[in-house]
Amino acid sequence: MNKTLIAGLALSGTMLSPLAAYAQTEVQFWHAFTGRLGELVKAQVEEFNASQSDYVVVESHKGNYSETLNAGIAAFRAQEQPHVLMVFEVGTATMMSAQGAIKPVYQVMAESGAEFDPDAFIGSVKGYYTTTDGEMLSLPFNSSTPVLWVNRDAFKAAGVDPDTDLSTWQNVDAVLDQLKAGGSECPLVTAWQSWIHLENFSAYHDVPFASKDNGFSGLDTELMLNGEAQVAHLTAMGEWAKEGKFVYTGRRNEGGANFRAGECALFTESSAGYAGIKAEAQFDFDVRPLPYWEGVGNAPQNTIIGGASLWVMEGHESEEYKGVGAFLNFLSSSDVQASWHQNTGYLPITAAAGEATRLAGFYDENPGTDIAVIQMTAKEPTANSKGLRLGSFDQIRGIIDEELEAIWSGDKTAQAAMDSAKERGDALLRRFESANK
Amino acid sequence: MARLSQPGDRLEKRVTFRGWLLPLLLIAPQVIISAVFFFYPAGQAIWQSLFIPDPFGLSAQFVGLGNFEFLLNDKFYRASFLTTAVFSILVTLCSMVPALFLAVLADRLIKGSGVYRTLLIWPYAVAPAVAGVLWLFMFNTRVGVISWYLGTLGYDWNHVLNGGEAMGLVVVASAWGRISYNFLFFFAALQAVPRSVIEAAAIDGARFWRRFWTIVLPLLSPTTFFLLVVNIVYAFFETFGVIHTITSGGPQQTTTILVYKVFSDGFVGQDLGSSSAQSVILLIVVGLLTVIQFKYIEKRVHY
Repeated sequence: MNKTLIAGLALSGTMLSPLAAYAQTEVQFWHAFTGRLGELVKAQVEEFNASQSDYVVVESHKGNYSETLNAGIAAFRAQEQPHVLMVFEVGTATMMSAQGAIKPVYQVMAESGAEFDPDAFIGSVKGYYTTTDGEMLSLPFNSSTPVLWVNRDAFKAAGVDPDTDLSTWQNVDAVLDQLKAGGSECPLVTAWQSWIHLENFSAYHDVPFASKDNGFSGLDTELMLNGEAQVAHLTAMGEWAKEGKFVYTGRRNEGGANFRAGECALFTESSAGYAGIKAEAQFDFDVRPLPYWEGVGNAPQNTIIGGASLWVMEGHESEEYKGVGAFLNFLSSSDVQASWHQNTGYLPITAAAGEATRLAGFYDENPGTDIAVIQMTAKEPTANSKGLRLGSFDQIRGIIDEELEAIWSGDKTAQAAMDSAKERGDALLRRFESANK
Repeated sequence: MARLSQPGDRLEKRVTFRGWLLPLLLIAPQVIISAVFFFYPAGQAIWQSLFIPDPFGLSAQFVGLGNFEFLLNDKFYRASFLTTAVFSILVTLCSMVPALFLAVLADRLIKGSGVYRTLLIWPYAVAPAVAGVLWLFMFNTRVGVISWYLGTLGYDWNHVLNGGEAMGLVVVASAWGRISYNFLFFFAALQAVPRSVIEAAAIDGARFWRRFWTIVLPLLSPTTFFLLVVNIVYAFFETFGVIHTITSGGPQQTTTILVYKVFSDGFVGQDLGSSSAQSVILLIVVGLLTVIQFKYIEKRVHY
């Protein structure tokens, strides 16, 4: 740290020319993307830097989502925080409670004088990062939602019609039987089990995941994931697991490898799995909306998002915040968003970006890429489907993962497992509440 | 180093200093290092364990012993003591027994022992997290070579759901690199066993195993004791990279050892209060263990 500081001082010393008076204001941007996504972020930053001469954005990769958040927190404690920090949706409540560490985006935008219309963002995306008073706290960046991926060749191999209606879990249940009977070793696999089969499941069926509007209207929230609808779904999945119709591969997106290798017939995964599946799958695939249980709750309501938003950190000069405002404004412009959406499978987070993509004929050339958008925007979000705002949620997801594993292995019934998840999760919510009084 | 001494021996070689300055200066580096790298952080952990702070350090609620109460009421936390004990014992055994076996074999080699030695030391150079990924690849439930092979034998390997298999895998992955380290020490110690003693026993008609049990093993005891302490400390503190990459403590916390929970609560969950309280508990546990080791086990060591 000191060496770079000294080197930096030495460098700026030698570069002190008369021009330095017009030096560009630097904006630090920390993100969690590597590989293809990392390249795309880099390209966005370069485009912004080339588009104007007042500010220069410096992007740096800080590890995965959790590591990036931790890097940001550690940097804040050392008073070396970046201007813009990417935080995954799970960390939203943590950031929102950190008054004094964050500068709300609506404020940054107002001060920078940039034209900014929060209503340009689609409702379910905006709602996740906006207070109940309608103030946008962080800028939505990459958002995705779970969908059902279908390996059409695996269906044919098992003698099942790949065009079967898979919109309800009732239908999927029957298809899983046929796939199994047809010799499929892996009829169904999933990624991100808690996100898809509990968090999104609850929103999609319009049943609460937690009290207090899923945590939106108070820190004194309690988990409600042991409700009737959730338990019925997990019981069914537990049965499938026992009969070898649902194969569990791990807590994150391990199942993606199995699906892309062609082993599995059905795969519940984020819409952002598109880039990887398109690049690797040696079989005919298509995308369907996430299934729902016919007759349970108000399904299909809308699904919720996963992904990250950009938080502006407190403690910098006002001139720098102007640069931040300009950069965020650039990122949310419809051209940038449209190309991001088309390249990655993430949602177009502004209505205009979606429209631009449609007009460009992208959805006609790549059928199914708009399913996620339709699924999320078909209905106006309710208090149960606006999103989740729970403290310590990364840890709570860990607890949910453990309890789900107990169902898949047959150690616990779905009811017992979810009761235990509620009890253990609530204990963490109470800790978070007392830490943020 | 036994010194031949008799009653009334006045040749005591005690160095005495005049004044305080020089002795203070001489011990200062050690004291400063201990203070900066041990007492200061340990003191901070004890202090922080009394609070529930928010992640950004903007505010903290004083809760007294609340963090400890919260932990000890958590049945998963209590279970992780047992998990830690099982894990540490298994890692220590699985890294020391094969190491000793290999060292004995390498010691008996006449030709090519250099090559064997080099190859046996290699795994030590692999970082724990990388070792974790290597083993994870081999045992991956779907694409792993070994799990595929087990599948053809009719055994359905699934460490993501089976706690016993998960424990086995993290133990093997943690112990593997350690075998090299232990091998090095055992090998050196074997070389130091005087040939004359072994030859004398051989002339008396003692076979290999008898010589090993009655002569070699007792002479190795200082090394064994040292390795026991070092390996237990390793299993306690340095294995969380392996656990993080292979199981993340799962399934159902069957591989969550104490130090992994300190890491995951502190650096994933940002719950610094609980994390500090856990470090304090861990400090006490390791302190007690060290006392026990030196008080009871060291007595059986022949120097």
